[in-house]
Amino acid sequence: MTAPLSWYLVLAAALFTIGAVGALTRRNGITIFLSIELMLNAANLTLVAYSRLYGEHTGQLVVFFVLAVAAAEAAVGLALFIAIYRHGRTIDVNRLNLMRW
Amino acid sequence: MSFDVLATAAKIGLWLGILLNVTPVMAWVERRGSALIQDRPGPNRLGPFGIFQSLADGVKFLFKETFPPAGADRLLYLLAPVLSLVPALTTYVVIPFGPTLEIRGHQVPLIVAPADTGVLLLLGLASLGVYSLIMAGYSSNNKFSLMGAIRASAQMISYELALTLAVVAVLLPAGSLRLDDVVSYQQGPLWLGILPRWNVFPQLVGFMVFLIAAFAETNRLPFDLPEAESELVAGYHTEYGGMRFAMFFMGEYMAMAALAALGATLYFGGWSLPGIDLSGWGGAALGLGVLLFKIGLFMWFFVWVRWSFPRFRYDQLMRLGWKVLLPVAIANLIAVAAMTLAGWL
Amino acid sequence: MELGIFVAFALLAVASAIVVVAHRNPVYSTLSLVVTLVSTAAMFVLLGAPFIAALQILIYTGAIVVLFLFVIMLLNVRREAFAPAANQGQRWGAALAGAAFAGLLLVMLWRAYAGVPAQPLAADLVSLTGLARSLFTRYMLPFQIIGLLLLAAVTAATVLARRPDAVDFGDRGEGAGGEP
Repeated sequence: MTAPLSWYLVLAAALFTIGAVGALTRRNGITIFLSIELMLNAANLTLVAYSRLYGEHTGQLVVFFVLAVAAAEAAVGLALFIAIYRHGRTIDVNRLNLMRW
Repeated sequence: MSFDVLATAAKIGLWLGILLNVTPVMAWVERRGSALIQDRPGPNRLGPFGIFQSLADGVKFLFKETFPPAGADRLLYLLAPVLSLVPALTTYVVIPFGPTLEIRGHQVPLIVAPADTGVLLLLGLASLGVYSLIMAGYSSNNKFSLMGAIRASAQMISYELALTLAVVAVLLPAGSLRLDDVVSYQQGPLWLGILPRWNVFPQLVGFMVFLIAAFAETNRLPFDLPEAESELVAGYHTEYGGMRFAMFFMGEYMAMAALAALGATLYFGGWSLPGIDLSGWGGAALGLGVLLFKIGLFMWFFVWVRWSFPRFRYDQLMRLGWKVLLPVAIANLIAVAAMTLAGWL
Repeated sequence: MELGIFVAFALLAVASAIVVVAHRNPVYSTLSLVVTLVSTAAMFVLLGAPFIAALQILIYTGAIVVLFLFVIMLLNVRREAFAPAANQGQRWGAALAGAAFAGLLLVMLWRAYAGVPAQPLAADLVSLTGLARSLFTRYMLPFQIIGLLLLAAVTAATVLARRPDAVDFGDRGEGAGGEP
């Protein structure tokens, strides 16, 4: 017996919510980044679930591109973190407030 | 239980039985082989030719006192050796070891997971091996362990790229990601009438890249700087003793065997013999024997190289991986793609 | 059987996601993310996308998360101090928003797809050839653009992470990254 499609969507929604709460509440830059990856993962799950519903490849291919984009974003984001750390010895986002009003 | 589940369980049982014996055999081969190369007797007290030496080693590992170091992160410290076995064992699920058998009306392919994504699954699972290194080095509360872990994991992920590209070049003429399709391709007509249709002959450069990358992936000499004794004590497994060290030891040999099996299947025809038609139960047994023989040859080569070469310095190692192997692998891929398009392969 | 596998991996995914978000130690968060990603890959296989599952393990857990771990080790990111956030109301706001969002999503999805069973898997959906055919014919342009994007990302990451005073174009045998 296979699981109905809505269950996959609910799971993806739950993962997305957990990721969103994490991105909003954590102070550590790396953990915020991990929560963002979690959100991307939830979106991927939704895409593949819909691809299954409609019997098309489009969802899977979009996930393929999202994976590549996530890799690129992780590389650049982490390089930014390294540069920031070298400058100020911290990645606590509460202390990175040079550009605040 | 359905027939498929039983068949898969039987295949898993077979491979587990073979793989758990790799380490004792290889430990003996390593010690006698190194002794042969260094012109000394080697272990010869326990049994004829010292064949029970591995048994004694096992007993020693079991009885050694093991304790996590002070300040170690307990969960990760205990999890790391266990995790080092997982990638080494799971990569065997896509290696074919015989022709398709017919049992009670069912077609049983002799491969644990006949998935369409064969080799990709293997590469993905092998890339999980980095985590046990990092966890071991991080959790040991020891700066030498941490540095050894960072070096070893950087080395692993760097050479994974060259390895993957060499593997992709082999998949091009076969036209499929499945390893049993690669083996079927290598059972085709002979090259020039005499050479078996193994991939090593047209893709010798790719094979060299694969071999060098396999040495670097398993942290074997000449790329074993992260765990060399004169360098970082023992690298990421400094703080591990007794059975926990034995698990890292086993994981390393099983990873060597996994890459040896992959190399034998991709480049040397896997379980098939050129010109001989293997089918049925006898053919399956012979096929398994042939595959194990080829894996054995590769493993002996691993031991032989270990005791013949000095080791690379870390920066030389990274330069080799990124500036030499990667361009060569890409060039090999382009050349193979051109040859496949031209119909030569 | 399939339902049991789904439930097991779903619970594992949610539990490890909570650990990712809630744990103080960033190394534990990262390793929990690995567990979440592997569970999601299992979901992909259940949904008839084995290729995407293999890619997820290969790219996400094999490369991206390893990169995270390297940066954590390199920057020596410590356990987050247990001090409250600068703006106390922000936590409550996030919790409320999260609950409201989850509630909305659940209601919407349940109404739309309550109990719709998935169609039987077509062989074409699962097969790699079908996917490759779509990728290299209909989606060729995005494929090429992704290649360009990755090139841009690699260049950007290399430039950003370089030491400000080590502009060295000669080959002095420096290892990748420069640091020990």
